Amino acid sequence: MVSTLLEILVCGLLVFGGFFALVGSWGLTRMPSLMTRLHGPTKVTTLGVGSCLIASMIFFPAFKGSWSAHELLITLFLFLTAPISANMIAKAHLHRQGRGLDPNPMDDIATGLPETGVGSGWATFEGEDSEKLDLNR
Amino acid sequence: MIATAVLFALGCVGLGMMLNLWRLLRGPTTADRVLALDTMTINAIALIVLIQIQMGSPVYFEAALLLAMVGFVGTVAYCKFVLRGDVVE
Repeated sequence: MVSTLLEILVCGLLVFGGFFALVGSWGLTRMPSLMTRLHGPTKVTTLGVGSCLIASMIFFPAFKGSWSAHELLITLFLFLTAPISANMIAKAHLHRQGRGLDPNPMDDIATGLPETGVGSGWATFEGEDSEKLDLNR
Repeated sequence: MIATAVLFALGCVGLGMMLNLWRLLRGPTTADRVLALDTMTINAIALIVLIQIQMGSPVYFEAALLLAMVGFVGTVAYCKFVLRGDVVE
């Protein structure tokens, strides 16, 4: 009885995880610009992989009799690092667009960033060379 | 039942990796390629875990953990290089 319930739980988590991993990659392919493409991999794919890891964490103690904390470690690490790498990619993209390197017309930022509305400019361009690059239009 | 679910998830993740590869080859900007490579690493971790469930032996967890760490460091190094033209200043 308990074994059947655990099997259904593992199957549900696996199907959920596989579906969400596919949806994240599909979003990466279909979205028009990088700022929208960032949504798919960073949120949806991370959720899918986390679901697969939790399924593995239930599967091995329940059916194979071995237990390890590695899945928890990987899940924690992925959930911690996904926002950081997304932030780095968005920052690199903003700077390249601001310098006019490989602009994508689907990004509105190719023609200048919108106003921040708080008096100061965008924090990522507040460095020493902001005047030289003329980015705060 | 679990074998079928693992096969379904393996197919989904494999298809997702092919879509990532398409974006990596085509991607109009450099940041797109970095993002596609990062997503491919995450999907590879999922692939390792799923193959492990199918084989029923927990021997590849170190590989998945190492791939997670190296993938993150690689993404940050690529972004740093694109931003500054140098990885370690």
